[in-house]
Amino acid sequence: MNEILDRHILSFKDVSLTYHTKEGETLAVKGLDFYVREGEFMAVIGPSGCGKTTVLSLAAGLLKPSSGEITVRGRPARESAGKFGYMLQKDELFPWRNIEKNITLPLEISKKNTPENRQRALGLAKKYGLGEFLRYYPDQLSGGMRQRAALIRTLAPAPEILLLDEPFSALDYQTRLSVCNDVYSIIRGEKKTALLVTHDISEAISLADRILVLSKRPAKAVAVHEIGFEEMSPLKRRESPQFSVWFEKLWKELNI
Amino acid sequence: MKNKNYSGEHLAFLKKEKKNVAIVWAARVGVLALILGVWELIAQLELVDPFIISSPSRIAAMIGELWSNGSLFYHIGTTLWETLAGFAIAVVLGSLIALALWWSERARKILEPYIVVLNSLPKIALGPVIIVWFGSGSSAIIFMTVLVGIIVAVMNMLSGFLATDKNKITLLRSMGASKMQILTKLVIPSALPEFIGMLKICVGMAWIGSIMGEYIASKAGLGYLIVYGGQVFKLDLVMAATFILCVLAAGMYFLVVLAEKLVIKHPR
Repeated sequence: MNEILDRHILSFKDVSLTYHTKEGETLAVKGLDFYVREGEFMAVIGPSGCGKTTVLSLAAGLLKPSSGEITVRGRPARESAGKFGYMLQKDELFPWRNIEKNITLPLEISKKNTPENRQRALGLAKKYGLGEFLRYYPDQLSGGMRQRAALIRTLAPAPEILLLDEPFSALDYQTRLSVCNDVYSIIRGEKKTALLVTHDISEAISLADRILVLSKRPAKAVAVHEIGFEEMSPLKRRESPQFSVWFEKLWKELNI
Repeated sequence: MKNKNYSGEHLAFLKKEKKNVAIVWAARVGVLALILGVWELIAQLELVDPFIISSPSRIAAMIGELWSNGSLFYHIGTTLWETLAGFAIAVVLGSLIALALWWSERARKILEPYIVVLNSLPKIALGPVIIVWFGSGSSAIIFMTVLVGIIVAVMNMLSGFLATDKNKITLLRSMGASKMQILTKLVIPSALPEFIGMLKICVGMAWIGSIMGEYIASKAGLGYLIVYGGQVFKLDLVMAATFILCVLAAGMYFLVVLAEKLVIKHPR
């Protein structure tokens, strides 16, 4: 790893979170410690219901930790609005807006809908094959195209860190493999830092530089692995003999 | 894009579809003609006293009479004005109240039992109160129309606003959206189908309100004609006014359906 990659862009330090509902309180995350280096693709896996999405919500500042500290470049994450781009399981495109207006939505929200920013966002759309579809509405596009549009929307405000919450889980298997490849090359091409949570071990291995394994609820870090596939594409990684070795190792660690 | 150069098989399919639509329409018109025909026959042959059941020809004659003495459009205009004004106020005010209730969860919780009670209250019970407050003019009838429609408008719109996709709200929050932005960019546009649905219900409610209001206190309008006709045993007048009411209410409903087609082009 080079020097730039060694800089921690996002850090969780001893982070805990307790949910309060009428039925009682739930300790969802307990003493979670990890960091994400600038420019890397980090995946978080864990048993279902362990609080993976909660980790992303904490990072994005949508939830406040009960204790501990989350920092972005050393500053509190809650002061880092606009530094994150959040991508959800479904594309969540607004059906009443065409693709162009969906992609530029974050710019409207952050009141940065300047001609330059719009040009940059639309430039991304054109670069990644959505140029002809800017006037189309989401219901006129395939699932894979829609997810790509969702990624471009996430990239539009030039976030420093992408938070990906199982972004392929709503797609069928074939589309999933191809969109996964697309997303990987777009994120690499744009040199973005990404934090992906997924329940799918193969997806994590095929995309990530490092993988953080979480325990059952309350979520805490079990292990962090350097996967070491370097710049191999997700589909190439799946063909590598190392792939199944990692799969077995992670499967055991998940201890489901 | 869809291929427009259809095969013979597809053309046959389209022809069959067209034929099916034509059959349905012909049957619809046929049912109406049958009912009117049998009704007319029963009246003409005096199987039942036409004084009691009236008849299509007597209704047509009555409408002609109202037309020639110049009172037809006066009565239609009166009721139409009361209905449309009540409808517009109920829809606008109801939607604004629903917005306020979406905005404040606490206000929603506090007001919920009152809304439920107001919804179940038969509004006609307030008739005497309305007459005392507003007299027996159009304003009393408009108030009754608003009263009948507004709770339905509030409840339908509120459930529409509350049904906004939670994930889309999360997405906007992650972009740093304010509550006002969530409202204007997401909650209101995504509740458009519920808004149209509410309009459809409120069309019916507005006619109920205005006719009910005219029953209680009025000097003109279709409801007035129905009550007056009933009192002096002019069943032709009652039936004629009811027929006009049917046409107007259906017309207003189809305007809403037309608006729906113009406004909602992409499924939510």
